[in-house]
Amino acid sequence: MTAAPATTAPSTTTASGASPITVRSWKAPIGFAIFTAIAILLFFVVGRPDLEGGNPTTTYRLSEARDAIQLPPLTLGLAETTIVVVLLMAAATVGTVLLSRASVRVPLWLTTVFAVLFLVGFLTWAAAGATVPMIGLLAGALTVSTPLIFGSLGGVISERVGVVNIAIEAQLLGGAFMAAMLGSLTGSPYVGLLGAMVAGALVSVVLAAFAIKYFVDQVIVGVVLNVLVLGLTSFLYSTVMVPNAETFNSPVKFERIAIPLLSEIPVLGPILFRQTVIVYLMYIAIFLVWFGLFKTRWGLRLRAVGEHPTAADTVGINVRATRFWNVLLAGAIVGGGGAFFTLAAVGSFGKDMTNGAGFIALAAVIFGRWDPIRATLAALLFGFATNLQSTLSIVGSPVPSEFMLMLPYVVTIVAVAGFVGLSRPPAASGKPYMKA
Amino acid sequence: MSTTTSPTTPASAPETPAAPRSNQIMKEILGGSAAISVLAVVLALIAGGILIILTDERVAETSGYFFSRPTDTLGAAWQAVSGAYSALFRGSVFNYATDRGFAIAIRPLLETLSFATPLIAAGLGVALAFRVGLFNIGGRGQMLIAAAAAGYIGAYVPLPPVIHLVVALVVGIIGGALWGGIVGLLKARTGAHEVIVTIMLNYIAFYLVSYLLRTPGALQAPGQNNPKSGPMLDSAHYPSLLGPQYTLDIGFILVIVATIYVWYLLNRSAMGFQFRAVGENPHAAQVAGINVKSVYVKVMLIAGALVGLAGVQQVLGNFTGGFAAGLDAGIGFDAITVALLGRSKPWGVFFAGILFGALKAGSFTMQSAEGIPVDIVLVVQSFIVLFIAAPPLVRAIFRLPTPDGSFQWRKPVIARKAEVSK
Repeated sequence: MTAAPATTAPSTTTASGASPITVRSWKAPIGFAIFTAIAILLFFVVGRPDLEGGNPTTTYRLSEARDAIQLPPLTLGLAETTIVVVLLMAAATVGTVLLSRASVRVPLWLTTVFAVLFLVGFLTWAAAGATVPMIGLLAGALTVSTPLIFGSLGGVISERVGVVNIAIEAQLLGGAFMAAMLGSLTGSPYVGLLGAMVAGALVSVVLAAFAIKYFVDQVIVGVVLNVLVLGLTSFLYSTVMVPNAETFNSPVKFERIAIPLLSEIPVLGPILFRQTVIVYLMYIAIFLVWFGLFKTRWGLRLRAVGEHPTAADTVGINVRATRFWNVLLAGAIVGGGGAFFTLAAVGSFGKDMTNGAGFIALAAVIFGRWDPIRATLAALLFGFATNLQSTLSIVGSPVPSEFMLMLPYVVTIVAVAGFVGLSRPPAASGKPYMKA
Repeated sequence: MSTTTSPTTPASAPETPAAPRSNQIMKEILGGSAAISVLAVVLALIAGGILIILTDERVAETSGYFFSRPTDTLGAAWQAVSGAYSALFRGSVFNYATDRGFAIAIRPLLETLSFATPLIAAGLGVALAFRVGLFNIGGRGQMLIAAAAAGYIGAYVPLPPVIHLVVALVVGIIGGALWGGIVGLLKARTGAHEVIVTIMLNYIAFYLVSYLLRTPGALQAPGQNNPKSGPMLDSAHYPSLLGPQYTLDIGFILVIVATIYVWYLLNRSAMGFQFRAVGENPHAAQVAGINVKSVYVKVMLIAGALVGLAGVQQVLGNFTGGFAAGLDAGIGFDAITVALLGRSKPWGVFFAGILFGALKAGSFTMQSAEGIPVDIVLVVQSFIVLFIAAPPLVRAIFRLPTPDGSFQWRKPVIARKAEVSK
């Protein structure tokens, strides 16, 4: 997939030296081993003592009633599934050890397969004796992930061009507010969406102005912007929206649109293609950001500015302008994601309704190593964890919901602390560029 | 792993790399003049006033016929702003409108001080980390953990009077210190960025405390279904300072002591010297033989303890009837603005905390008397910090001369001294 920039991080040296990849990192095997150990602990040591009977089973419903093609539900036995999962996980761990010995980076697919294995085992364990509506779970996860993905895409662009964007939360909240406001005034969700993008870009203007023109620390501006937008939207909500909710806070929501044919694909169709316009726009945005960043001149310049602004300047790229406009673009993307809250999910604005989604998006950016595809996957994982929590609380699971909700944050700390692969931000991210 | 002092000869000294950008920024924030701070507060209040005017109903009504009778609109605007800010004054300093005597009229000022108490404690924690070049956004998490620890002792572990209070206080502070220490440890051992780690730890602490608060036998009040702790035992309450008619309690004395401690630590102790050296330039400090990693751990332990003091204040002073997961009340984030406004100096933080305490105390009067939502305080606070963080902007607005006519932040101290001696 995308080539992450060659690493210069210090690492345990290897005997070779000629090969371009000489990083021998033991972090991946350690991470894999920890998760395998957790799996063994949960499945076999803790087990499900609350369930009686020999071998409880978990039933996965794979079709909804309205689907044209009906798939039979899948029933997995707890004992067999967990044993197979743990064996495969152990095998994957051994695989990473071998790869690391050979100084080869652990490929993304292996990590993904490992994560899916763990999740299957976990789900079978946690929902043993009950039925899991797979379609609802995954479609819901995608829905929950939507603002996170928009947020992380904006975050990736912003950080790749060299401006740390802590203000994702502010951009989402601003977008949600403006979408509700304009969506109600005009009665068109599309105008609302456009307004949301403008709101996100406006937050970015402040961020860019202070960070690029006045060289204020980007993290400080970001933190302050979060407070400012929270205060502004709450203030306007109380003074403007609450007294006239009909006029200002009852936007028309986006309808779910089922795409013909595609939505009839078993399993995948109902999950991916029975969503709102915002989700379809998200698919396009993911592709465009990935393609733009790594296959076009715009992306090359953007990354050059974020990695080595002096060099970029030397070859004639206007560093400040590149940063300014791309931070604006990033804000517009995030703002559009903010419209999800008011135009797709809830249908009206509420105080602090993003509730930390921007920080999860920020976590996804870092966990996704500043790569749009990986960041999207990370956001999906976080969204899945959140939605799994609500599904399991209905099914009745042995894990307290708070610990499921905590998971994305713990995973991020683990990622940032470097236990999972190498995590290196763009070199000039967070550093203002001052021409000598 | 731990690279101790590498033997460097004086000749190779220029190899010390320049301080990272973040450290320079801290220096610039510390170096701004008091005038900029005052002007920033003025600007922020003006911005808040504009917001009040824009959303005022009377102003909106009269602006319909602005061009025939502009005085109506201007009068309404003046009334809105002056009403708001006089309510702010009555709610935060001195209630001149009451006729029930001085003891009642002065109550808002003491209210301000008690609002300021946790802000100062948490602000000191953030400021201390700033001085080492670390950005501690983890106030919320550190407060929550400290509060949970102190609250557990305060509510469920009966001990003799005085000892009970002291034990609860100490346990709470240790809780905050450990939660902060995790950040320092991760920063020192793995280089994990403290901003990300603290943000994540905030959420982890929130969910952890939420879990404990709804688990019988942990923090949940026995026989209750709400996610709320039981009330603190009487022996664990902070004693009131000026009698039961005022909210001010011994916590205010504690933060004064904490402020003196931080001042002593930074300006008079060997450890504080190391802190400041690392804050100026960690590479240079490393070369000079300071163990930078251990400084990171130490400073985050102490910062977490200070923020923890704010958490303890909340449970043993303010919410003695039992606390819920929202006990931090945004103080963890307000602390950042307090530290920035106070330029990360102990006494600066102290007075910045009192200012923000006044804004908070007054905002409730503003809401009840003038119908202005308390959220205006968030707006004013963030404007203050934005203006303070960008001195060139304030200079441009007020046409103040820059030190040398260019967009330089601040001249090095030596250059300034040379100017004076000229």
